[in-house]
Amino acid sequence: MKRLHLERLANPQLLALAGVLLINWLLFPNFFRITWQDGRLFGSLIDVLNRGAPVAILAIGMTGVIATKGVDLSVGAIMAVCGAVAATMVVAGYPTPVAVIAALAVGIACGLWNGFLVAILDIQPIVATLVLMVAGRGIAQLITEGSIVTFNDPALIFIGTGSFLGFPMAAVIALALLILVTLLVRKTAIGLFIQAIGVNRAAASLAGIRSRMLLVLVYALSGFCAAIAGIVVAADIRGADANNSGLWLELDAILAVVIGGTSLLGGRFSVPMAVVGAIIIQAMNTGILMSGFPPEFNLIVKAGMIILILLIQSPFATRLFVRQRLVPAKAGPK
Amino acid sequence: MNIIKTLAVAAGLATALTSVAIAQDSLNGLVVGFSQIGSESGWRAAETSVTKQQAEERGIDLKFADAQQKQENQIKAIRGFIAQGVDAILVAPVVATGWEDVLTEAKEAEIPVILLDRGVDAPEDLYLTSVASDQVKEGRVAGEWLVAEVGDADCKIVELQGTVGSTPAINRKQGFEEAIAGHANLVIARSQTGDFTRAKGKEVMEGFIKAENGGADICAVYAHNDDMAVGAIQAIKDAGLKPGTDIKVVSIDAVPDIFAAMVAGEANATVELTPNMAGPAFDALAAYLKDGTAPEKFIITESKLYTPADNPQGEYDTRKGLGY
Repeated sequence: MKRLHLERLANPQLLALAGVLLINWLLFPNFFRITWQDGRLFGSLIDVLNRGAPVAILAIGMTGVIATKGVDLSVGAIMAVCGAVAATMVVAGYPTPVAVIAALAVGIACGLWNGFLVAILDIQPIVATLVLMVAGRGIAQLITEGSIVTFNDPALIFIGTGSFLGFPMAAVIALALLILVTLLVRKTAIGLFIQAIGVNRAAASLAGIRSRMLLVLVYALSGFCAAIAGIVVAADIRGADANNSGLWLELDAILAVVIGGTSLLGGRFSVPMAVVGAIIIQAMNTGILMSGFPPEFNLIVKAGMIILILLIQSPFATRLFVRQRLVPAKAGPK
Repeated sequence: MNIIKTLAVAAGLATALTSVAIAQDSLNGLVVGFSQIGSESGWRAAETSVTKQQAEERGIDLKFADAQQKQENQIKAIRGFIAQGVDAILVAPVVATGWEDVLTEAKEAEIPVILLDRGVDAPEDLYLTSVASDQVKEGRVAGEWLVAEVGDADCKIVELQGTVGSTPAINRKQGFEEAIAGHANLVIARSQTGDFTRAKGKEVMEGFIKAENGGADICAVYAHNDDMAVGAIQAIKDAGLKPGTDIKVVSIDAVPDIFAAMVAGEANATVELTPNMAGPAFDALAAYLKDGTAPEKFIITESKLYTPADNPQGEYDTRKGLGY
């Protein structure tokens, strides 16, 4: 009991987040200043939540996939497709709810396709999802006919730039999704099943878990999350940019999941920590923007920080840290 | 696609009427192959539709090949054009290197090749001419506008750069810096990359505004393309400031949406990167085929400045149908 408590206090993700925020504050003393403006909160910290939301939403879906020892490379392209669907439909005059539901349905369909390739045809996830990663952007370009589809639909724009209780809508959506998915995997047996498939799919199947069905569902959830992220990003800039929407975000989402402590080898996973991972990444991005470094340093600084964060979580660092506590912990009962 | 084509033809009529008379006779009935890079940006799509429209006006039968961003597809397409025995070939090369072999094949088949929009690392005698814009000049025109606009007042500029290391980002930065050099009242306070996209332009501008006293210290934003400027305009509005008045917005490309922003009073100036590279190319081709006049090796397109005084609504309407 005592050791568990200590580990929770020294949660490497929260430590890393605190560290990054501290550095941002040192670079830019006004970092934590939040003001109330035009009926919403306004400040750098709010920017971090707002800009981090798309990757956080992707990471929520990606966590489930990675927990099954899979990976979903197509989420960035699905974002582009779904943003394009929503934008072209409102421009064509469909009501906003219809356009949004259609975009979400397309995202789920993309996820089902990935799930079909992985679970039914037994294609390796990295290859199976690569198909849609490449094809998806082409599909998005077909939908938008190669241009940025700009729209003025207030309801759709609200999804990307509106606010709820002063918080940016994108962050609110990410939080709602986080709570929903966390309840789903922690308050039902689904989380355990996913973990079982990740550790050993054959054994899980023999134990009576319908692993195919679950795998398809996990990819469908990832597609659904990507659709939400795609709609949010398109709504934010009031246009569907098929070439750039979600470009390389699949890698940020995977990174967020890994920073969140989920193993790429499947099994152990944590949805909330993946979201923390996404916020860490965004806090770094915002910090780099505020710092005033020349842009040539962006990627180097980011890579350096990530190496540091991953080092903190590595088994090596854990051993160093835990060794001192291990002896008194053993002395207690159980 | 048909809708686009119709729109493009309709929209382009006004702009192109002048150039029709000059070249129509000599090029009528010719077959020209056009190997396009792909459709990675709105500008590229506009270049494609303007090229098709220019060809149609001159009675040219244009064979269009989309290379999907791959050089091997372009080389295949050019070999295909040579095999078909076309009268001339237009290429917008996706990369600068590796063209010597296929250009030599075209030369041996006595088919003139004209490069559009980008250059290649190959001997100059392998192609007839190249039509491109001067990106340094684009930056300079933008900078000169701002220098004239602010006069003697102090002006803190924030810059949204294109993709780090890309040629247009380097050149447009250099041109702008040249223009404001010697005007001590103009200072670039912050410069970051927005990757030529709206989303990143908006995000970076949000950061700039927070870093510069809620945006109150910023006098102007210079974006290396219009898309980033459109994103920046939204960020300025979200911060409760008025783009165009509180913070001046100057950018490059002249895509339709920046004219829409000008109509709303939210953008101040843009420098055109014309999608009409084919017009000068066809003119050069006509002169060459008529009496063998060798055109200049590098034809530079005009970098025209547009401000709200230049009928932004009209420009928006004209450009909207071009596939930007």
